[in-house]
Amino acid sequence: MSIDTRPAAPEHRATPVTPRRAGAARRRRSLGNPVAGIGSLVWLLIVLVPLYTLVSASLMRQDEALNGDPLALPTDPTLENYRTVLDSGFLSLIGNTAIVAVVTVALVLVLSVPVAYVAVRTRSRLSSLAFRTFLLGVAIPAQAVIVPLYLMIGKLGLYDTLWAIILPTAAFAMPVAVLVLSGTMRDVSEEMYEAMALDGASPFRMLWQLAVPLSKAGISTVAIFSALQAWNGFLFPLILTQSEEQRVLTLGLFNFMSQFGVNIPAVLAAIVLSVIPIFAVYLVARRALINGLMGVGGK
Amino acid sequence: MSHHTPVAKRHGDRKAAVGNVGRPPVAWAVPGILFFAVFAIVPLAIAVYLSFCEWDGLDSPTLTGLDNWTRLFKDSEFGQAAWLSLLLTTISWVFQTPVALLLGVWAAGRQRSRAFLSAIFFIPLLLSTTAIAMLFHALLDPNFGVIQTIGPWLGIDPNVMGSSTGALLVVAFVGGWQFMPFHTLIYQGGARQIPEVLYQAASIDGAGMVRQFFHITLPQLRHTMTTSSVLMIVGSLTYFDTVLIMTKGGPGTDTTILPYLMYRTGFQTYDLGYAAAIATALVVVATSISLIMVRLSGFGSMRSTREGM
Repeated sequence: MSIDTRPAAPEHRATPVTPRRAGAARRRRSLGNPVAGIGSLVWLLIVLVPLYTLVSASLMRQDEALNGDPLALPTDPTLENYRTVLDSGFLSLIGNTAIVAVVTVALVLVLSVPVAYVAVRTRSRLSSLAFRTFLLGVAIPAQAVIVPLYLMIGKLGLYDTLWAIILPTAAFAMPVAVLVLSGTMRDVSEEMYEAMALDGASPFRMLWQLAVPLSKAGISTVAIFSALQAWNGFLFPLILTQSEEQRVLTLGLFNFMSQFGVNIPAVLAAIVLSVIPIFAVYLVARRALINGLMGVGGK
Repeated sequence: MSHHTPVAKRHGDRKAAVGNVGRPPVAWAVPGILFFAVFAIVPLAIAVYLSFCEWDGLDSPTLTGLDNWTRLFKDSEFGQAAWLSLLLTTISWVFQTPVALLLGVWAAGRQRSRAFLSAIFFIPLLLSTTAIAMLFHALLDPNFGVIQTIGPWLGIDPNVMGSSTGALLVVAFVGGWQFMPFHTLIYQGGARQIPEVLYQAASIDGAGMVRQFFHITLPQLRHTMTTSSVLMIVGSLTYFDTVLIMTKGGPGTDTTILPYLMYRTGFQTYDLGYAAAIATALVVVATSISLIMVRLSGFGSMRSTREGM
């Protein structure tokens, strides 16, 4: 598996296609593919209808949502459901989740950047073995280790703390992080390292002043990816925490489901609120995330 | 992952003087490797150990030899869960691969409208599995009614969650709804790397769209397809949140796939040794399928798709 080795950010706009080739590409791709064109419209509906219902029903009163036409706009939009959610301790859920996400991202970056750097810059057997281990790690499902983690976290005295969520989440985000980072770092040319070496730069200075600044694209992909993992993770919080004080967003949502019961608009409002922070990040950092993920399938 | 070696080697030979200056000490990688080992690799080993133990979560685990494993092979519930897992994985692959392939190749075009639609397609990937499962749980709620309105148009029984087949198909659909954007992106990235010359040559030879798709696009995407399929298979073998939230393994035990059976055994009846055996079996299955796929597709041999160019 190889990872996108191009610097991600300017890729979209600055594609160096000559006008003639761009013309050919456009002709080829727009001419054909009526099947894909229709398919994409169908998929658009499949994506949008549930999302539309999610938002519109979260603005309805309960009786309207249950009795009215579910696809109609709310006749009398109300934020009451959102108030119900906010009054049910939603902000503390957001707080806990934010802590988990920030610490996870920091941990993943601090640990993965040196691993990727060593994997790219050294040729020892040890480093290639380590790299291969991370490669395999992509395929380890979290479910496989949850029973032992329950044992270990208990023995470490971390059960029902936010660390119980952070540590395994960070570990499971590391394989992808190392793959993406070593992909971008490999693009830093050997000449630049040599130039710095001639200047007498230490390995640390090379990492800090050359490799890191030039791998910004990869680093932001990794940051967003790990944040997403931390924000949306469910299994680790479910098994490794218990009390309300340590509850994160996903677990809180799950709890609302039984707490609100048939008050479906309130459940939907909670879902909307849980997505807003991630959505904001997506709007800001869409390019980094998409280019990073797209690279996963590269050759 | 060795494509840096030729470059490094070339430079190493030519400029041996500087070649080894400024290489980072391997020790820098140690904290990261240790951390990953402690929280991912070691637990895997402990899972295997625990699969030979009896453990209720309170006292210390006690070794019971092969008990869990002999029980596993006789357990009809495990057999059913393994079968359902394979079924769900197959359905998910058959559903997701053609759609993601089609959407990905389509989205590889650089038109603005396609970029805009792709941005919308991406949204489900931002939602947590929990949120998505709860959303569809609500949409399919017989009282809430969306399914009662839309279902009949599409020929879907509003009580689709009540039937065994229906519930399994819903789980597969919801997983596809969530992860389609991810696989679409993978194919989009792969399709953008196909050299334009191939299509130009084919057009000159008079090959039409369909032939171009089957003779250029598909073969050129075979490594991409392997990557996507492996991730898809490992992913759908581990759909857990969706099942817990939407079906609780039901109706009856008809959507109790392996991860859910593991969860129920481990954390509801606290038979953690047996749960570890199920988890180990799950890893073995997931890893073997991945390895077989990689082997069959020639992905591991690093054969270039640019062969003969």
